[in-house]
Amino acid sequence: MTNAEATVSAPAARASRGPSRDLAVRTLIVVLVLAAALVLAYVRADKPVIVTQAVVTGILTGGVYGLVAMGLTLIFGVLDVVNFAHGAFLTLALFITYGVVHSTGLHPYLALVVAVPVMFCLGWVAQYGVLNRAMGRPLENQLLITLGFSLLIENGLLLFLGGNPHAVRFPGDRGLPLFGAVADLSRVLAFVAALVLAGAVYFVLRRTRIGTAIRAVAANRQGASLIGVDVRKIYALTFALGTACAGAAGTLVAPFTTIQPTAGQMFNIIAFVVVVLGGMGNVLGAVAGGLLIGLAEQLGGIYLPGQSPLLLVFIVFVLVLFLRPQGLFGRGS
Amino acid sequence: MTVTSTEKRTRVGPRLGGNAGGRTSLNNLAVLAVLVVVLIPLPLVLPAAQQAVAVRILIFALMGVGWNLMSGFGGMFSFGHAAYFGIGAYSGAWLLVEHGVSPWIGMVVGAALAALFGVVIGYLSFRYRLKGAYFALATFAFAEMLHLIATNSGFVNRAVGYNVPLIHGSSFAKLQFAPTSADYFYVGLGLVALAILVNVLYLRSRAGRFTIAVRDDQTAAAALGVHAMRYQLITIALSAAITAVAGVFYVQYYLFINPDLAFGSDVSIQAILPAVIGGVGTIWGPVIGALILGPLSDVTASLLRNPPPFLSMLQGRGGLDVILYAVLLILLVLLLPRGLYGAIRGRFKR
Repeated sequence: MTNAEATVSAPAARASRGPSRDLAVRTLIVVLVLAAALVLAYVRADKPVIVTQAVVTGILTGGVYGLVAMGLTLIFGVLDVVNFAHGAFLTLALFITYGVVHSTGLHPYLALVVAVPVMFCLGWVAQYGVLNRAMGRPLENQLLITLGFSLLIENGLLLFLGGNPHAVRFPGDRGLPLFGAVADLSRVLAFVAALVLAGAVYFVLRRTRIGTAIRAVAANRQGASLIGVDVRKIYALTFALGTACAGAAGTLVAPFTTIQPTAGQMFNIIAFVVVVLGGMGNVLGAVAGGLLIGLAEQLGGIYLPGQSPLLLVFIVFVLVLFLRPQGLFGRGS
Repeated sequence: MTVTSTEKRTRVGPRLGGNAGGRTSLNNLAVLAVLVVVLIPLPLVLPAAQQAVAVRILIFALMGVGWNLMSGFGGMFSFGHAAYFGIGAYSGAWLLVEHGVSPWIGMVVGAALAALFGVVIGYLSFRYRLKGAYFALATFAFAEMLHLIATNSGFVNRAVGYNVPLIHGSSFAKLQFAPTSADYFYVGLGLVALAILVNVLYLRSRAGRFTIAVRDDQTAAAALGVHAMRYQLITIALSAAITAVAGVFYVQYYLFINPDLAFGSDVSIQAILPAVIGGVGTIWGPVIGALILGPLSDVTASLLRNPPPFLSMLQGRGGLDVILYAVLLILLVLLLPRGLYGAIRGRFKR
């Protein structure tokens, strides 16, 4: 809990001078490593355009990863639950988007109006109806329950809708020139929308009564319940907020993702990597971590040709787990 | 006088515990022997189609027994047993296909490699003090890394994997029999019995008791001078070896392996489910869980092949079996967190 307390409540903004300087040093190190990685990539690649393209794509995808991971890190930080169903919730949003676009012919982003509330309600029900009964037990219990959710969602989609891949067309999608590289309009918009939504979640957490209650529960659930916070409701609300993030991300990535029941697995894995990288429970760290992992994934294809780009993501993951399990931007223990 | 009496007492203490543990482990060994004897005539009774189910149950049980040793008795929750299963499957398949080496040797090599891999991961994890969620995520990450590497390495045929070359007739040395033969069942039964035997004997041994002591209270165990990491690593090695043997046997039975079947996250889940459903940290839990999980996919497949009218739109679809696993998993974790066997045993003990 100390980890969650430290990260959800105070990402160094109000902190005293020591930790904030510490954070600045670490950020500087990350930036330097990143710069070195880029230089190395430019040296290794045949044409510089390839690297520029990788960087642009990486940052754009990374924004969406950040939004997905934000939901996951919120759930972990406040509830101490390792939510293995996060990717499955994202898949569900993909299918909702597909359903809305397919049946009404509207713009895919209008499906946000449906997907986000539906996912919010579903998250509420999942936490209030099921997970709340297992809170306070050893960690495996909640992990296994969310694993059950994810199997349930993925295979329910497979059973009722079949495994055929679907696609959603983004009307007026075209390549935009960006620093000498080309970026699809849909990806650029997804990036911008993801950052806006992430900002909105951050605002809710920092500036509203509910956000304060959530942070209070994260910091000390007993204390929060003593001053009249309904902890079980806050749990449900937090989980719902987390799945709503996954839902929003699902709609945003729908135009450039193959929509099939297993589509969320990759996002699930990446979100975990990002959460650990940013520090479990650290909302801003999740966004920064998302950008880093987006870059790592794209650069991985350049460093390790022939291997899956995800391999570098896992290598980064394992290194962070071993060397800095509280995350790059978390406080020292 | 007093010195000798305390000496006696310290000597008596462990021996008393030893006797108590010895009795339960003797009981378990007796149950195991009876089970094996009872199950020997089973293939004579079972129709051929059901034998496939029986072998699947045995494979589930073997994976579950392996996982349970590390995560149930050792208390180190693994979400990456696919790594060990896959190492076993690929070692066996590679040696057999590329070099014509008998799968029995493949089992030994696979088990050794998996144990080594487990020890390395375990050492790194404990060295850097990974615990709980972080440890589970690390095991998951290593399994996924092997998955990615196997998928992209020409050395092991990338995503294609291996087909076991068919031979004429049956061969015990090549661990390949006629598809309807009961021999697969016997080999599987023997392996599961051996795995359970290893479990019982290990838990009875000094190392096994230290393992449980470390699981229950690492600080206290360490204070008493137990080298926690050593026994945790031994447990991981044994668990990985058992799971790797399951991998080799799997390849020999289905005659085919690819990265998804060997290292996919589904495999890790299949190793977890039998124990969780039957009872984590009990000798018989994984076996009971496997008995429930093994037949499920056949039941649902036959249900969806000729569905009743109200399910007609689902004809020929997959996924129902996993949905049932998932519902079972959620309900059991909520209602009977100690699993079926654990709950039943708890009731009797009261």
